[in-house]
Amino acid sequence: MNAVFLISAGLSVMTTLLAITRTNPVHGLLFMVLSLLSMAGVFFSLGAPFAAALEVIIYAGAIMVLFLFVVMMLSLDKSSEKRERSWMSGKIWLVPVALACVLATEFGYVVMHTGPSSEPAHVIDAQMVGASMLTTYLPAVELASMLLMAALFAAYHLGRVTEPVARNKGAP
Amino acid sequence: MDLPWQMPVALSGILFVLGLGGLLARRNLIFVLMCIEIMLNAAGLMFVAGGARWGQPDGQIMLVLLLNLAAAEIAVGLVLVLRIRGQLRTLDIDDATMLRD
Repeated sequence: MNAVFLISAGLSVMTTLLAITRTNPVHGLLFMVLSLLSMAGVFFSLGAPFAAALEVIIYAGAIMVLFLFVVMMLSLDKSSEKRERSWMSGKIWLVPVALACVLATEFGYVVMHTGPSSEPAHVIDAQMVGASMLTTYLPAVELASMLLMAALFAAYHLGRVTEPVARNKGAP
Repeated sequence: MDLPWQMPVALSGILFVLGLGGLLARRNLIFVLMCIEIMLNAAGLMFVAGGARWGQPDGQIMLVLLLNLAAAEIAVGLVLVLRIRGQLRTLDIDDATMLRD
């Protein structure tokens, strides 16, 4: 499990560095997805499989896809499409594919070598988390649901299509 | 064979500093939101590492609540990005100074 942790940690630092230094938002977001997947590997090697699953499903699966949709909504004209095609060609694929292959190999290794010897030292599974979350932490769960409701209302309210206001530059 | 507890903590610190540096350096709103996500994620790793260190499920519960927070924050943040883009026709955060002038 130490090797799994070390590889995942190195991968997540590397992909995070790549993500924050890209000029193209789509490339940055895809590196960010890789970083979150390797973070799921870190969680798994720490003995938190429930957290790893949540990381993949919610962070990489939902939040980053929301990001991608917004980035796609922001650039819809023809010239950006042409620019996009030039970004997506040639050797630009090599680094992401290599990093993703390392991650896939690691996941394959973990799946193949399940057993008492390869498990992390102290696994805290979903049952323990759920039992504690719905008893001790019940008020926190209620507060979280209120927060999500507030965010839903805010996004709905702010997201209505309105006419752009003319910006009076320089006026007091 | 047991992992020393300092290593996940160090990884969390490195990721947080990377996110903070990106937040200070970048001017594109999408990247600013992404760096905030990186920092939230580093904090979540710290929670999980603490939970694993003491063998308690509390760390993972904090991660679940943090995911809630990140989802709510990013929904409102992305809507605000769309509004800024619609009003100012740019994603540069240095141009969003309408409250100042």
